Amino acid sequence: MKYLHLVWRNLLRRKVRTLFTFLSIVVAFFLFGLLAAVRNGFEAGIEIAGQSRLLTVHKVSIIQPLPKRHLQQILSTPGVAAATHMTWFGGIYQDPKNFFAQLAVDPAGLLEVYPEYLVDEATRERWRATRTGAIAGRKLAERFGWQVGDRVPIRATFWRPRDGKDAFEFDLVGLYAGATAEVDETSFFFHYEYLMERVGDPGLVGWYIVEVEDPARADEVALAIDRTFANSAFETKTATEKAFMQSFAHQVGDTSAILTAIAAIVFFVILLIAGNTMAQAVRERTNEIGVLKTLGYSDRTVTGLVLGESMLVAGVGGLLGLGLVLLAAPGFAKMLEAFLPIFYVPTRDVAIGVGLALLLGLATGGVPAWSAQRLPVVEALRRR
Amino acid sequence: MSDAVVQVSDVHKVYTRGGERIDVLRGLHLEVAAGEFVALMGPSGSGKSTLLNLIGGLDTPTSGRVLVAGRDLTHASSRELARWRAEHVGFVFQFYNLLPVLTAARNVELPLLLTTLARAERRRHVEAALALVGLTDRARHYPAQLSGGQEQRVGIARAIVTDPTLLLCDEPTGDLDRETASEILDLLVALNGRYHKTIVMVTHDAIAAARAGRVVHLDKGRLVEARAA
Repeated sequence: MKYLHLVWRNLLRRKVRTLFTFLSIVVAFFLFGLLAAVRNGFEAGIEIAGQSRLLTVHKVSIIQPLPKRHLQQILSTPGVAAATHMTWFGGIYQDPKNFFAQLAVDPAGLLEVYPEYLVDEATRERWRATRTGAIAGRKLAERFGWQVGDRVPIRATFWRPRDGKDAFEFDLVGLYAGATAEVDETSFFFHYEYLMERVGDPGLVGWYIVEVEDPARADEVALAIDRTFANSAFETKTATEKAFMQSFAHQVGDTSAILTAIAAIVFFVILLIAGNTMAQAVRERTNEIGVLKTLGYSDRTVTGLVLGESMLVAGVGGLLGLGLVLLAAPGFAKMLEAFLPIFYVPTRDVAIGVGLALLLGLATGGVPAWSAQRLPVVEALRRR
Repeated sequence: MSDAVVQVSDVHKVYTRGGERIDVLRGLHLEVAAGEFVALMGPSGSGKSTLLNLIGGLDTPTSGRVLVAGRDLTHASSRELARWRAEHVGFVFQFYNLLPVLTAARNVELPLLLTTLARAERRRHVEAALALVGLTDRARHYPAQLSGGQEQRVGIARAIVTDPTLLLCDEPTGDLDRETASEILDLLVALNGRYHKTIVMVTHDAIAAARAGRVVHLDKGRLVEARAA
């Protein structure tokens, strides 16, 4: 601590240069946190997708429907604990830009297969009893200012009601919350039976979600389901929910890898800038380093002083950048909730960020500190 | 000389530059007694600064022996030398070599940071050293706000603040006008006379050398003459 004043005064020697280096580090770590939150948003679904849950979709594409009668055959497949179906509605609430997932489901089946959607008993009962009832995720309700009891009109797009009226009016009977922060709270679920009633039951659903008894046998069960419907008009493709999520994510490229690459490039550029600044700062002070050594400062102490400067800039800059992104994350989450329902900086990434800030300090100060340490006293004193 | 603070025996120092061997010191002998004020004179390249560096533990000899304040510096490691310098030697430079980002008081405090003294004690030592060189009222000034003479006084305060065994001065008046140089020499003489500081001073200036108790002349790496001033 007694050297802190010296370290601090050296940093203030070129105030503008130090300020810009500091700001570049703050921005880098702000970006790091932001990218971590975006990556986490992409991966959250994959992370929580159970290995014990399978998705059964049409072999050609998920947008091709499957017969509702498949449910019984799936349920009778050995190793299946539970199964339910989901159907994409794709309607418009007020304006096409108000996008969110609307899914026609069997309420009891949904809540059995997705225990991470937390719904209280009273809501379950209201939903069961209300034909036009729907539940919405907490964040979705917050986004549109919905209250339980509100009537939510959604205009159908590709589903054509028999009465020719596009509008579906849903009664919001309750909200669901995610069991963990990674659970999506922006979906809207309503009775499949109500949809069928309006459109004339074609006996089709979007896809099935299957809970297996033993996750270790998931592949075997998936194979058995697909074999059941092989050579039928509606052949299926079954895989774990996680595998589906990953395959979706990979359709837009390996998001995680792209974001990691961007973060690495930003970090590397900052490293070059800060490293160059530190090296320059030490070069300018060669004579002073010689003086300190003459006064009895050991090579180790001089190394510590140089590293102290870089650690102070990188450490404080990094922590400030991470702190700012943590403060700004809720605001970004609100702005992006239609595209990225899960948006927060995971604790793990904050810890990695702190580690990187310290590493940056060591890396940028390391070479100049090493040079300062190696500098012979007499040689250093001679330079002015 | 039994009470010698500095004993340099048959010291050789050889540098190699661009493949060429340069013999800077050639079998040099020198003894400085405790409380002596010795001036080292000689033309450029005579080896006086090299000798000062060896006595100050900034460099080691190619051969021979350098014994200062009871310590053989000949084979000491750079870490040992650093610790030894902090305890036993105060340096005064031609161009003062103050850190421009620190106030006079903070510059004087620099050697004390290497000690175990508490902050309040360090402050007391700094105040005493600045009072001794007559700069109490300039403690909070930065080097750029001081005159050359004042800067050199701060440099001397920094050199004596740890109460070292030996003061080594490399052309301490080389960058000063005659009047200021005389003031600085008065100060060194006082430190030697009143506080019995052993001083070795390198100088080109015969007037400055005349203020020392003994003048030693070097030429081509050898002691050519030693006389009492």
